[in-house]
Amino acid sequence: MSSPESATPPNPPAIPNGSGAAAILSAGIGSFALAVLAIAADKSSAIKRTLIFYKPTGPLSGVTTAAILIWLVIWVILDMSWRKKTIALTKTNRIAFVLMILSFLLTFPPIADLF
Amino acid sequence: MEITARALWTMIHGMGFGALYLLACSGALVELYRFTNSSPASSSTPTQERFLKVYLIAMVVLAWAAVLTGAYVIYPWYRAAAPPGTLDLSQFPQRLLMANPSTIGWHSLGMEWKEHVAWFAPISITMAAFVFIRYGRDPSNHKQLRAAVLGFAAVSFIAAGIAGFFGAMIDKYAPVQGGQTIQLTQGEKP
Repeated sequence: MSSPESATPPNPPAIPNGSGAAAILSAGIGSFALAVLAIAADKSSAIKRTLIFYKPTGPLSGVTTAAILIWLVIWVILDMSWRKKTIALTKTNRIAFVLMILSFLLTFPPIADLF
Repeated sequence: MEITARALWTMIHGMGFGALYLLACSGALVELYRFTNSSPASSSTPTQERFLKVYLIAMVVLAWAAVLTGAYVIYPWYRAAAPPGTLDLSQFPQRLLMANPSTIGWHSLGMEWKEHVAWFAPISITMAAFVFIRYGRDPSNHKQLRAAVLGFAAVSFIAAGIAGFFGAMIDKYAPVQGGQTIQLTQGEKP
């Protein structure tokens, strides 16, 4: 049975969903990058030293700054590519949420310590 | 009645930005759900839509203010290394927690998770706010966009909740102390 929305949409979408898809996917990728960088900084003393951007905060400064830069750069690139397109959002959402769940799990110390 | 400068900053970070953000999250979730699911007959006015946009921008500011003050103001005091031979660790919260087997978990699990998971809150709410501002009422025509905005607002709430819980508990067992003492009111004579 189709939902009421798919049967009788109130209005046709006025704006292509590409910008939204870019924002959603980049948020997932940025969060996942933060989790991966946090593990890398914890496991490798060379990476840890490299990621000390602000000494009083330690490697957390580099982990978060690098992750935010990755997030924003990917967001801008995806937005420029997808702005005028209609994207298969079901797949994009699924990837973004899986990345977000992985990010939560990978930052959880008992799981991060497995690596 | 007095407070130290570090305790004041901790209060601004935790209660001023963090707790206010958590309170705002519950309102945002309800409003976003109502806004994106309402039928055309009960559609919201442009004023209500503008209000929700401003509300979400305020949340974005609160979320970033919470993580930035946490990482760059409070955290350096928290993780400061005690000089060798220091017996009184009250000025070194991380060392104080790690010195006792009954409190070490608040650092090794609590702070280690909190310092990273907290950042998912501003990232998620920035995304949700951007999508809502970009599409306005149009997400009601994009089922998946609507699901993502609500989902990421919920993710942001969970991340902020985890960070807030551990922040409160860590501050209970090893509060960040020190700095200049600020006198808030004159005490009455006993």
